Amino acid sequence: MKDLGRIGFTEDQATLLDVATDFCLRRSPVATVRRLMEAEAGHDPAVWAELGDLGWLGVAIPEAYGGSGLGLAEVVPLVEQMGRRLMAGPFVSTTLAAQALIAAGTEDQKREALPRIAAGEAATLALAELDTDWEPDAIACTATRQADGRLALSGRKVLVTDASEARRIIASVRIDGTPALVLLTPDDLPAGALRQETVIDGTRRSFGLTLDGIVLDADRRFDPNRTVAALEHVHLAANLLAAADMVGGTQACIDYTLDYLRTRNQFGKVIGSYQALKHPIVDAYTRYEQARSHLYSAAHCFNEQGTGEIAVRMAKASADVAYSFAADRAIQFHGGFGFTWDCDAQLYRRRAIWHAAQFGDAAFHRKKLARLLF
Amino acid sequence: MSTVDPKDLADFSEQADAWFAENVERDPGFMLPLTFMEVGTDTQFNFLRDWQNKVWEAGYLGAAWPKAYGGGGLPQAFQIAATRAMRKRQGPIMLNAIGLNWAGPLLLEMGTEAQKQAHLKGILSAEDIWCQGFSEPGHGSDLGSAQTRAVRDGDHYVVNGSKIWTTLGRYAKYMILLARTDPSTERKYDGLSFFLMPMKAPGIETVPIRKLTGEHGFTQTFFTDAKAPADGLVGPEGGGWKVAMRTLEYERGARGGQAGGYVSVGANAFDVFALAQRTKRGGQPVLEDPLVADEMVGFLMEIQALTLNGQRTQVPELIADRPQGIPLASKLMGTEMSRRLNDFAVRLTGVRGAYYVDEPEAADNGLWARNYLNAFSATIGGGTSQIQANIVGEHVLGLPKS
Ligand SMILES: Cc1cc2nc3c(=O)[nH]c(=O)nc-3n(C[C@H](O)[C@H](O)[C@H](O)COP(=O)(O)OP(=O)(O)OC[C@H]3O[C@@H](n4cnc5c(N)ncnc54)[C@H](O)[C@@H]3O)c2cc1C
Ligand SMILES: Cc1cc2nc3c(=O)[nH]c(=O)nc-3n(C[C@H](O)[C@H](O)[C@H](O)COP(=O)(O)OP(=O)(O)OC[C@H]3O[C@@H](n4cnc5c(N)ncnc54)[C@H](O)[C@@H]3O)c2cc1C
Repeated sequence: MKDLGRIGFTEDQATLLDVATDFCLRRSPVATVRRLMEAEAGHDPAVWAELGDLGWLGVAIPEAYGGSGLGLAEVVPLVEQMGRRLMAGPFVSTTLAAQALIAAGTEDQKREALPRIAAGEAATLALAELDTDWEPDAIACTATRQADGRLALSGRKVLVTDASEARRIIASVRIDGTPALVLLTPDDLPAGALRQETVIDGTRRSFGLTLDGIVLDADRRFDPNRTVAALEHVHLAANLLAAADMVGGTQACIDYTLDYLRTRNQFGKVIGSYQALKHPIVDAYTRYEQARSHLYSAAHCFNEQGTGEIAVRMAKASADVAYSFAADRAIQFHGGFGFTWDCDAQLYRRRAIWHAAQFGDAAFHRKKLARLLF
Repeated sequence: MSTVDPKDLADFSEQADAWFAENVERDPGFMLPLTFMEVGTDTQFNFLRDWQNKVWEAGYLGAAWPKAYGGGGLPQAFQIAATRAMRKRQGPIMLNAIGLNWAGPLLLEMGTEAQKQAHLKGILSAEDIWCQGFSEPGHGSDLGSAQTRAVRDGDHYVVNGSKIWTTLGRYAKYMILLARTDPSTERKYDGLSFFLMPMKAPGIETVPIRKLTGEHGFTQTFFTDAKAPADGLVGPEGGGWKVAMRTLEYERGARGGQAGGYVSVGANAFDVFALAQRTKRGGQPVLEDPLVADEMVGFLMEIQALTLNGQRTQVPELIADRPQGIPLASKLMGTEMSRRLNDFAVRLTGVRGAYYVDEPEAADNGLWARNYLNAFSATIGGGTSQIQANIVGEHVLGLPKS
């Protein structure tokens, strides 16, 4: 049997978990989450600035490029706590864009972009397309080399998160049939290229991006030799951080439901005393603990060839099942109140669905695991 | 605890591995029990008793118990290494489970000096087999309502009543017994006391009960004016409930201190995976069926999660929110998984799933069906899964009692 991974936890992870637990609790209470959902920007610029000051944007960026040189293992506790507090903002988009740059950016691109990202300039990825599966090389958009050597883009990207704030957008295309990554800036986009999408998770700001009409200098292309590996790396990194957000959310969702089960009375009894509610919430809890164990194994083993991929896919698949189940039951167990906008259960359920629809749901990752393990 | 010299530990591990490699007998010519609850024949019993004794004499059982009581006096890491070697070389189970895993650590923690001197060594050597008298015909999950009576009479108590589902009851020399010394207390729990009961005393009768597998393994135990020595009380008279609860913590693995080794070798997901890899259906590897493959992946994820849960409990920062959560939920998670996993294994064998032990055409001599039926011993014994879910809901998640 292949090595499936194991738990390891660094002092840096412990420190960041501690700081993030406190920070996210204070800066993202649910009333704030709800207020920001209705606001245009969708997040609090002051909090974003603080994240930059705290150095969180540079955690997984090498020191040579202005970061602190840790890894994604150290980003996981931060995102877990953000997910727990349903925190909004372009942190994950930016972190993943930085990962793409680190993995396949040219030296010039890295020198130009990474220090600015570490200092707080938002960035994002434009990878997803409609009607494809979640394979990282499922790309229909193209870039065609013109006579002057420049690249003319074509096609449509979807679910480009935080695109309106991003100073850099990294898009996947095909050039002569081969997967490629290119770097866009807001100046490259014709008017109307971005269209805000209505998405299920109201804490997100997501955009469709029409590439037609965009023309780039050839030096916007990432290193072709490292692109395929970079797409794979970003796919796994995205799933790792999604799992972190989901595990945090699952915990909060269970705690939120428990508060209700401990206080709501029916038939002269607290409803949490009914086993029809007690046993399923215990199920949700055991699934949560399993998902969290997978998460921290995936964080620890992320850079190990082979094992990293197995552990990440297990983490995402496990988190999907845990979060979806906990949030689904959360709605049900709140009765009539569960059907309302004001009940937080729907926020968690929506966030779980959002994550399942991106970078692969549980069934997708289990299918991949079958191929990796058998 | 003294610090561990890595060199000593490495040498010890190597010796243990060599010892088990040489001494394990995998096929003694009859069916070996996979759990201590399955020991049904004298042949099985004698073989396993000798085996445990041999392991103890070699220093690979009770390695971390105090020397004064027959242990090895070594740090726990040594016993862990010995158990690992035992598992690697697929040694048979340790027979005296109730002594090694619950009565023993309980006595180490709460027993009198005389009790420790009298019992711990015999537990390790398998000279004294132990059983547990908690459940009664009328009171199983509701253990606190147990009615077996114990009435003080000078230096002993007179016991009357009946216990049931007594694993190893036919072979045991001692029983940990929960009995009612005072039927008039306001709280039912306050009338219970905890005894170390000699099983060979007059007035004790054990009647075998046949299990769903067709084999024998537990008994009903009847007490008619049987004498329990007063110096065999653990804790004070009327304080038995707390002792019983502590015993259950040891039994469910929520608390450490066990002598080592293992008392069951239930198939894990990797064994079932190996079965799946060598199983064909309609001429095709069964794992090429996407539905079967998906289920198999699910089990591998689940067993991996349970392994990781165990590792995570060693990292205080990662269990800070609910430190007791994983320990208290681990029986529920592990035993329920095992039951579903063995059911899956039976289904994997397709047409052969209809066969049972001893049928020559059965897959692995009917092992999977037997495993599946036996898996219920763990989802029922030691507190049923429903009771475990109540415990997790109430003690970990803070919900009110049902
Ligand atoms: C869309 C919608 C439309 C509605 N329209 C109307 C309407 O027009 N008129 C009207 O009068 N009502 C209406 N209702 C109310 C509906 O009938 C109640 O919501 C429902 O009866 C549950 O009551 P509750 O909301 O107080 O939840 P509670 O009774 O507080 O239940 C909370 C949770 O506890 C569980 N629970 C409660 N008691 C027990 C028990 N004994 N054992 C096990 N579990 C238990 C419930 O299943 C639920 O999961 C509507 C509800 C919805 C969602
Ligand atoms: C193989 C095996 C070995 C055993 N060995 C021993 C032994 O050595 N010594 C010993 O003392 N006992 C032993 N037992 C007994 C075991 O501890 C009991 O069977 C167990 O505690 C359940 O009690 P019961 O059989 O009376 O079932 P009951 O308590 O009558 O339970 C019947 C059903 O009701 C459910 N139920 C009961 N109460 C509740 C509740 N409050 N909420 C929800 N559901 C509930 C149970 O989960 C179960 O499904 C053994 C059992 C087995 C199967």
